Amino acid sequence: MPRFESIDHLREYRRQLMAKRDANQPQVLVCAGPGCLPMGSEEVAAAFREELEKNGLAAKVVLKECGCHGLCAGAVRVLIRPQEITYQHVTSEDVPEIVEKTLKEGQVVDRLVYEDLHTQEKAAYKKDIPFFKGQMPIVLRKLDIIDPTSLDDYLALGGYRGLRKALMEMKPDDIIDAIDHSGLRGRGGGGFPTGRKWRICQEVEDEPKFIICNGDEGDPGAFMDRAVMEGDPHAVLEGMIIGAFAIGASKGYIYVRHEYPLAVSRLQLAIEQARESGFLGKNILRSGFDFDIKISRGAGAFVCGEETALIHSMEGNIGEPSPRPPYPAQSGLFGKPTVINNVETWANVPEIINLGADWFANIGTEKSKGTKVFSLVGAVNQTGLVEVPMGTTLRQIVYDLGGGLRQDREFKAVQTGGPSGGCIPAQFLDLPVDYDSLQSVGSIMGSGGMIVMDTSSCMVDVARYFINFLYQESCGKCTPCREGLKQILFILDEIIHGRGQEEHLGLMEELCNAMSAASICGLGKSAVNPIRSTIKYFREEYLAHIRDKKCHALVCRPLLKYTVDPETCTGCLACVRECPVGAISGKKKMAQEIDQELCVKCGLCYEACQFEAVKIE
Amino acid sequence: MDLPRLETILSRYEGESADLIPVLQDIQDAYSYLPKEELHVVSERLQVPLTQIYSVATFFKMFSLIPKGKHQIKVCTGTTCHLKGSHRVAESLSHRLGVEVGYTTKDMQFSLDTVGCLGSCAQAPVMMVDDKYFGRTTVDKVPKILKLYK
Amino acid sequence: MVWKISDETAYDTLGDEVRLTINGVTIRAPQDQSLLVTARQNGFEIPTLCYHRDLPSEGQCRLCVVEIGEHPRTQIVNSCTYPTQAGLVVQTHSETVVQSRRIVLELLLARTPKAKLIQELAAAHGVYESRFKTDDPEELCILCGLCVRTCREVVGVSAISMKGRTPDKQVATPFMEKSSACIGCGSCAFVCPTNVIPYTEKDGIRTIWGRDFELQACNVCGNYIAPKYQLEHWAKITGDPVETFCVCRDCR
Repeated sequence: MPRFESIDHLREYRRQLMAKRDANQPQVLVCAGPGCLPMGSEEVAAAFREELEKNGLAAKVVLKECGCHGLCAGAVRVLIRPQEITYQHVTSEDVPEIVEKTLKEGQVVDRLVYEDLHTQEKAAYKKDIPFFKGQMPIVLRKLDIIDPTSLDDYLALGGYRGLRKALMEMKPDDIIDAIDHSGLRGRGGGGFPTGRKWRICQEVEDEPKFIICNGDEGDPGAFMDRAVMEGDPHAVLEGMIIGAFAIGASKGYIYVRHEYPLAVSRLQLAIEQARESGFLGKNILRSGFDFDIKISRGAGAFVCGEETALIHSMEGNIGEPSPRPPYPAQSGLFGKPTVINNVETWANVPEIINLGADWFANIGTEKSKGTKVFSLVGAVNQTGLVEVPMGTTLRQIVYDLGGGLRQDREFKAVQTGGPSGGCIPAQFLDLPVDYDSLQSVGSIMGSGGMIVMDTSSCMVDVARYFINFLYQESCGKCTPCREGLKQILFILDEIIHGRGQEEHLGLMEELCNAMSAASICGLGKSAVNPIRSTIKYFREEYLAHIRDKKCHALVCRPLLKYTVDPETCTGCLACVRECPVGAISGKKKMAQEIDQELCVKCGLCYEACQFEAVKIE
Repeated sequence: MDLPRLETILSRYEGESADLIPVLQDIQDAYSYLPKEELHVVSERLQVPLTQIYSVATFFKMFSLIPKGKHQIKVCTGTTCHLKGSHRVAESLSHRLGVEVGYTTKDMQFSLDTVGCLGSCAQAPVMMVDDKYFGRTTVDKVPKILKLYK
Repeated sequence: MVWKISDETAYDTLGDEVRLTINGVTIRAPQDQSLLVTARQNGFEIPTLCYHRDLPSEGQCRLCVVEIGEHPRTQIVNSCTYPTQAGLVVQTHSETVVQSRRIVLELLLARTPKAKLIQELAAAHGVYESRFKTDDPEELCILCGLCVRTCREVVGVSAISMKGRTPDKQVATPFMEKSSACIGCGSCAFVCPTNVIPYTEKDGIRTIWGRDFELQACNVCGNYIAPKYQLEHWAKITGDPVETFCVCRDCR
């Protein structure tokens, strides 16, 4: 890789690169994203390497391990180009057949293609799969086709063109104007206008200035930032370099969760490549602008997603937030003006500069521009990462893209925004998804987690889950958050154990009001959303737990009762062998009985019975 | 105290107080915990009070003041994993290893912990052993996964 | 830009006077002085637990919250760190503020049911018992952090800090062992609003944080002055010989 001495040099290099590349060369693109990695994509890639070698195709076929292909439900996914054939559920055993049939003979392996669950129609090509229709990939555009370890791949797809334009044709003010005009808002949750944040920081007369990329994706159920950092690290760097040039920052940091080791190593490699090629360091592309980026690993604290807490931990302190003002854009890292944006926000920047603010501002709704990446998970058929224009309805995402609910179960709620978000019931399925609409129904955009729940989920349990999560992650600095979460958790535990009272609901709402008003930071202020939204939309479920001592979704263990149906029981004793407390007794080949006093409600007997004789109520 | 090992870690940094967390992370990675004597040295070198180091070491989840096992098992308890029964995976691991969540086996082979989210939500329930992810980990897969590390 | 929240102690460093409204009354106060100080100087009562005029405010207790702005665009902020600015409209006892304070006191009462100060403050706000659950009826610490800040900022030694997080957070010496940094001055115990830090003096020995400190007797009258360690610390920071401090204030 050469060191680019000028913008012309870079342009010439790219021209030669494109001339060398044959668009018709066969490519095998194995997904190594967050969804496929745990399902064995490394083994699949290794099998391809071996098989291509064996068939003498190693030089002819390009094999890449890419970022997330989007449709995680079909892990491990493989994309064959130039035909754009997508295979799913690929294991290493399938590889010889793919090589033989597709790469050698140009045929499709039917059994590995997408099949519609309802119509049984098959779709071999990416463009025909409903999950990908209706999506508008900007941030995810390159993920399934580039090798994240190759700077050439990034350059070939127009990478660093935004930076080239920013340095060559624009002044810092023009860049901020463009970002402002594009309507880009922070993708990390708050939704603060990015251009405005940059301008505040630019106008502060203090030096040095810093830029931080917040990659502390802590929301359970969200993995879009991980996918971008692992799959297209240079896009994050390019966005940061442009932002640094605009506000006049000399140093940047990427704060990544330590639970994302692959993201750390991919970013580290990308930073080294960018330094070598002159995109980072002194005198970038001979423009006279100096900027460098360092990685900072998180140490395991959800609250560090909050700007001031993140800054404190980068300074070597505990991640306690501090009251604002001052805002980080005025006085942030080491007391200096600092812009913090999350991964997805930074990754949007190069394309906005490259294609223009108008292009971006034309996508989305009046107040929410562009696209948003969601991790669509939970009880839907097609789980994965989706990128849709702002304003797409929940119904479109859940049913058109997600293919509806698993086993055609009834939709109950969709949870957005992680622990700071709320549960949105079926009556709002036609809600356009943007910052303001989600807020109007008691949830938030958050970083983009979207967890679909069916009737097998208990909303009291879901509320307890989030409160327990936040309770453990509360830094403990301010009274309402620290003590309030503990008391809400205690009340929810009472309800789940059948000891709840109706007054508890009002008490929790009172607590929520104080917490949202008086907590220092967003963690405590928005911790009330899971409670408020579930009480508002699923009050009946709380009442069933409180009045009838019943959990209709059969989730809250203490309220369940396991019995053996004497008519169906064959007396095979499978349940007796599984029961850890010896609560089941009866003669062989006769109906068994469960001692309710001894039963710990673990459910092992239910799983062990092959005759469906164990009943839960 | 293994001073040369600590010196190697400290030599990677400029010795500023802002280096505290990266230094502690490197020590945690190298030693599997934060030994007390080493922390005294870190305090002197980075000119950071021991109180601040103790606060940091007890605030962040990745740090431990007692030795961790050779292999770190992390069971994801993210939302999707929770809804798909990750607690059963944790219970099963705890049962098979004979150790409570948050603790280390007597033979120092495994430490068992739960984490907020591992970011592989589409393959819930997910667990991780060291740097390797395992998706759709039902209870019956647990013994097979453990076998890979025994 | 300097963002230091100022205080009475540094009155001369404050900015120009600005006009703002508190509870409908227009007042003049130095810009950037904390709203809490501005309000108190003008006779408006705001309760606090974690505030101390000699310490930097960190906003832990949340009792000093006030509502700023005008309906419907109002915001709850803690007055101990919020700067006085021109044109601010402040309410120290709006409904939201009063409700939040009551809940915060009710939560603290559940945490520390035997803390006298909390009982009194809660009663003053109409809270006589807590509807919330008490874990440890003997608990007295409200985690205001005054002791930690005093030790670090005023004494300048940092012998104690916060351990852990969540309600399990506690004030502790490193590794919960005897701290070599502690000089036995007792400032932490002195500043503690709920008297939770154990501290004894017997036969010329002061015991605090599990460590015994030998007390220095006055060279003139023989009364105990302070721990020897503390006098050495004074000698170190002032550059004066330690003997200078071995005579008590009354005998000087």
